[in-house]
Amino acid sequence: MARITLTDVRKSYSGMEVIHGVSIDIADEEFVVIVGPSGCGKSTLLRMVAGLEEITSGTIAIDGRVVNDLEPRARDIAMVFQNYALYPHMTVRENMAYGLKISGMPKAEIAERVARSAEMLELQPYLDRKPRALSGGQRQRVAMGRALVRDPAAFLLDEPLSNLDAKLRVQMRLQIKELQRRVGTTSLYVTHDQVEAMTLADRLIVMNAGVAEQIDTPMRIYERPATTFVAGFIGSPAMNILAATVTPDGAGLTLPGGAVLACPAPADPGQPILFGIRPEHIRAVTQPGGVGAIELTVLAVETLGADAYAHCAFPGHVTSAAEAMVVRLPGNAALKPGERLHAVFDTGAAHFFDPATGRRVGPRR
Amino acid sequence: MNRATFPHRLLPWLLVAPQLAISFVFFYWPAVQALRQSTLREDAFGLKTQFVGLANFRRVLSDPAYVNSIQVTAVFSVLTAFFSMAIALLLAVQAEKVVRGKGFYRTLMIWPYAVAPAIAGMLWLFMFNPSFGTLAWPLRQLGITWDPLLNGSQAMTLVVAAASWKQISYNFLFFVAGLQAIPRSLLEAAAIDGAGSARRFWTIVFPLLAPTTFFLLVVNTVYALFDTFGIIHAVTGGGPGKSTETLVYKVYNDGFVNLILGESAAQSVILMVIVISLTAFQFKYVERRVHYG
Repeated sequence: MARITLTDVRKSYSGMEVIHGVSIDIADEEFVVIVGPSGCGKSTLLRMVAGLEEITSGTIAIDGRVVNDLEPRARDIAMVFQNYALYPHMTVRENMAYGLKISGMPKAEIAERVARSAEMLELQPYLDRKPRALSGGQRQRVAMGRALVRDPAAFLLDEPLSNLDAKLRVQMRLQIKELQRRVGTTSLYVTHDQVEAMTLADRLIVMNAGVAEQIDTPMRIYERPATTFVAGFIGSPAMNILAATVTPDGAGLTLPGGAVLACPAPADPGQPILFGIRPEHIRAVTQPGGVGAIELTVLAVETLGADAYAHCAFPGHVTSAAEAMVVRLPGNAALKPGERLHAVFDTGAAHFFDPATGRRVGPRR
Repeated sequence: MNRATFPHRLLPWLLVAPQLAISFVFFYWPAVQALRQSTLREDAFGLKTQFVGLANFRRVLSDPAYVNSIQVTAVFSVLTAFFSMAIALLLAVQAEKVVRGKGFYRTLMIWPYAVAPAIAGMLWLFMFNPSFGTLAWPLRQLGITWDPLLNGSQAMTLVVAAASWKQISYNFLFFVAGLQAIPRSLLEAAAIDGAGSARRFWTIVFPLLAPTTFFLLVVNTVYALFDTFGIIHAVTGGGPGKSTETLVYKVYNDGFVNLILGESAAQSVILMVIVISLTAFQFKYVERRVHYG
């Protein structure tokens, strides 16, 4: 049980800075998820906490003790690796007992702890098997068990679910969350999957290109993304971000293709602004001419069952597939590519970003 | 499995013919000859030949010189295999730690393998010959009465050193490959689990290298049994006395120097049996030992 404090942590590889000063104070028993696209430096940050990468500048403290120059073994942490890193020549029992044996713990206590963790993870039938005789999900649980038996100050998890199939991933996600709540160990979890991040985290660190773009609770990040990057990364499907211009009277926005949306924006008349709206905040209406309804051309429809997502373009505006507006529809919506759709934007849930910096503007709500 | 089809029935035979011809000329035919010869007694000029059954084998196995040769071979093989592998493993582990110029070091380490055994022998002879050896004089200055021409254990030390040195490169190459096959995350996990570097080596690296180590053990034993002939011939000629006369050297000595052809052939048949059983042992054992999942 411990607090983990990162203060302006930076990392350079031969003069090239890859992590540009990350600071966060992780409370005891908190579950923090670092999420970002591959190459954003999230794993490097975790490995610096573990002691597997040197810290170029800044400090990392675990339980008030600066650990910058401590070996991994002196930091009282346990780590779960993406490939599980189970010792292939040892049985599950030996894998779990390895760290305890090194610490010189009495045999009886080792046996007891291994038994307790194995029970929590339902690993008892496999204790005498070697890792190669286990399935992916079982290996993942052994990796968790190896961390759990040590009863460390903190768990560090590096994409622990990314090698599992989708169904197992959801199951293990719930199990990890439940386990962490039960043992109450401070956890730092790295993933590129925003659904995993949203569901697991007490707090999220959204990283992009070595910068922590936003640190907050999942819901607050979803509701008030600090940058266009965060807006696009958190939430599925991604938020629609449109290059708009404030109308001369300041009461609305001119959208791509010329349509005007009545919506006050936090910018001067005539100024460009990025207008963000999530697919779930757009309502499709069948009747044209409704108040504030905007006409869109359907490019493609993806039906998922409960929902369908229509990828649309503004009439008269050339749109590539990547720029298409996504609108959430009921799953039974019978729309075909080429048809017209009338969309009502929930402007109360709109987001605005500065086109130059990509930062959120205008405190709304 | 894909069944290959050939346009002509004879073509596949034609394609394997060169390999079969080489095996036949350099292995099967001499092996059969050795077997036949081992049951015959022949005078040195080849004028009279007599079938004697297993008499050659009985004589060889009851000869104290042959028993001595078995002991010499065992000591020589065990020492050579041990030192060549231990030193190679140490160097491979150290080479892994090199940050800059890894390739350069590795290339240098592999060069001795390109030296022919007889040349390697001469090299060590020039360094350690008691009368003209470059390093013999400094050894004597250190108070060591260095004379491998008279002292059997010094002669053994010298041939073991030369034979090991030559084989280190080969072992190094395999150990480097073996070390690279161990996932880094395993060592990181062990480091986090609290293992220091020595402990990581003995509990993680060494067990995971076991398949490589075992393979090399058999290869090195076979090397020490056969391929060291050139080194022994160049450095000691089996002497002083018979203190460095290994089995393969005795085969040569009895057959081609002393011209006792029948007994020499019997010895080579025994040697062949030893190697075949060693190889069989390897295949049976290695397959059970590989633990990668």
